[in-house]
Amino acid sequence: MTQAIEHADWATRDERKPAVWTRGLAKHFGELQAVRGIDFAVAPGEVFGFLGPNGAGKTTTIAMLCTLALPSAGEARVAGFDVVGEREDVRRNIGLVFQDPTLDGYLTAEENLRFHADLYGVPRALARERMHDVLEMVGLWERRQSLVNTYSGGMRRRLEIARGLLHSPRVLFLDEPTIGLDPQTRSSIWTYIKELKVREEITIFLTTHYMDEAEYCDRIAIMDQGEIVVLDTPESLKASVGRDRVQIKTDDDDTAIAALRDRFDIEAMIAEGQVTFSVAEGEQFVPRLFAELGVAITGVSVSRPSLDDVFMSYTGTTIRDAEASTTDRQRQMHSMHSGMARR
Amino acid sequence: MASEQVIAGTGPPRVARVRVPGGGLRSDLRAVRVVWQRELIRFSRDRARMITSLVQPVLFLFVLGTGLSRLASSGTHGVNLRTFVYPGVLAMAVLFTAMFSAASIVWDREFGFLREMLVAPVSRGAIVIGKCLGGATVAGFQGVIMILIAGLVSVPYSPVMILEVLVLQLLLAFALTAFGVMMAARMSQMQSFMALMQMVIMPLFFISGALFPVSGLPTWLSVLNRLDPITYAVDPIRRAVFAHLDISAAARHALAPGVTWWSWQLPGVFEAALVALMGFGLLGVAIARFSRTE
Repeated sequence: MTQAIEHADWATRDERKPAVWTRGLAKHFGELQAVRGIDFAVAPGEVFGFLGPNGAGKTTTIAMLCTLALPSAGEARVAGFDVVGEREDVRRNIGLVFQDPTLDGYLTAEENLRFHADLYGVPRALARERMHDVLEMVGLWERRQSLVNTYSGGMRRRLEIARGLLHSPRVLFLDEPTIGLDPQTRSSIWTYIKELKVREEITIFLTTHYMDEAEYCDRIAIMDQGEIVVLDTPESLKASVGRDRVQIKTDDDDTAIAALRDRFDIEAMIAEGQVTFSVAEGEQFVPRLFAELGVAITGVSVSRPSLDDVFMSYTGTTIRDAEASTTDRQRQMHSMHSGMARR
Repeated sequence: MASEQVIAGTGPPRVARVRVPGGGLRSDLRAVRVVWQRELIRFSRDRARMITSLVQPVLFLFVLGTGLSRLASSGTHGVNLRTFVYPGVLAMAVLFTAMFSAASIVWDREFGFLREMLVAPVSRGAIVIGKCLGGATVAGFQGVIMILIAGLVSVPYSPVMILEVLVLQLLLAFALTAFGVMMAARMSQMQSFMALMQMVIMPLFFISGALFPVSGLPTWLSVLNRLDPITYAVDPIRRAVFAHLDISAAARHALAPGVTWWSWQLPGVFEAALVALMGFGLLGVAIARFSRTE
């Protein structure tokens, strides 16, 4: 596996132990390498994001960190505890919000929370106070007596976040916390997450495949095909690209790409159905492009470096295109899973 | 000791902080209790389930019992066929309720709630035990309802009989729920679980002698009957009921002969112990299957 470049014992080098730490963490299902040996550390209090297309291995990584899946190789520590050897300690110190709902619709919101508090052994008096706090925070205090079946998708997600926080976890895992929600609910969920950072001493580990959401993270790891391709703050990642992205629509894309190579010495590719390339000064380049390309241009757009460009420059594809191509991989993974179940 | 308050500082209001207590027996017992409690809350809200699981026993008792009694009056020594079928139906009521309870763990998986339980800092065993006790309790309620209609089939309300029957029903329900949970450990779809249960439970029910006396059977059926675990719950229930009926010794001998192993008459307590033992065995397997992490 990967050579351990980082020293395992962080305490000797750093007063603050990392909230999440992995070394050579890997998981495979039969032939399929879902996670291929990843190394990273998350500092306490950080909002850390895993960014990548579906099927990149984000959820599998979370499952290992939450003790729901055993690593095939490597090791990981969460809140200072080993995810294999000290499972119960890990579980006591983490909160989880899964991609798929895990609420009991036949119970009220309050009963769902009470079940959780009892399961985690939160003392009664404190649980009542805590329940009030978290429900107030997500704006569901008034609806606490309603059956969860009567809740909308956004309300359920908010309730799950409240429940994940009920036992004051040191690390909160959010697996695609805003997937399938409308933009308004998405932004309100981000308001809670930002508020949380201020109110509680908590580390937030989340996965997302929305670029705009990754901007909210302190640091991002871009994951593709089971590996971390780059890890840094959103600002440095964008600065590292440093170039504007230009996309053009033309009558003949192949000729346009060839012309860009011959006349401007620019390597372009097709992304999202358009000829895409990056240049230092996009806006000044466009007039030259129209004058000298020699292929009819029907549309043009110039954008400042975004995380999309970061993703593209490190993985060679946009996240949307990556999504489309992973569908096949997932199908393969799915059939392997059901194959295992049959055996 | 288990918790600490954080004093409000500057900035936004700080919330009371919880420290999750360490594991051990106390936390596991608490987990058993909350899982059990949830089963009861859900059952009390699910009227449809309450009624459905009573329909079948009532059909067997009143429709089949009444219909067939016209054919069978000579063979029953004057005992009404409904009365004869009643103990079997007492077992049956528990059978279906326990299966529904076990199915709920598949439902929990399908709707995600199982994950909420599996990531909690408690042992998987506690969750499985809570489920099984919940199933047994719910089945116990159904059992009580069936005991209440004893008067309708001319069975006297004797406190001793009621107690015996109830204990046997609880044991059977516990063992069956454990069996169901064990089967549910590897199933993710409600449909396949229900199909499997139909395939397993119906034959077990028919073979158990819930609807016929277990003496003088052809050898093949006799062997199958002795191998069927449910036999050892149905038989003591029937004997407990028949002990309180005002009927002739000949009728009692013909209708509630008791289960024999090579002509050894099994005592009721022994049969009950067998059911309990099976229940614990199945529970052990269920816990082991749920404790495995992929």
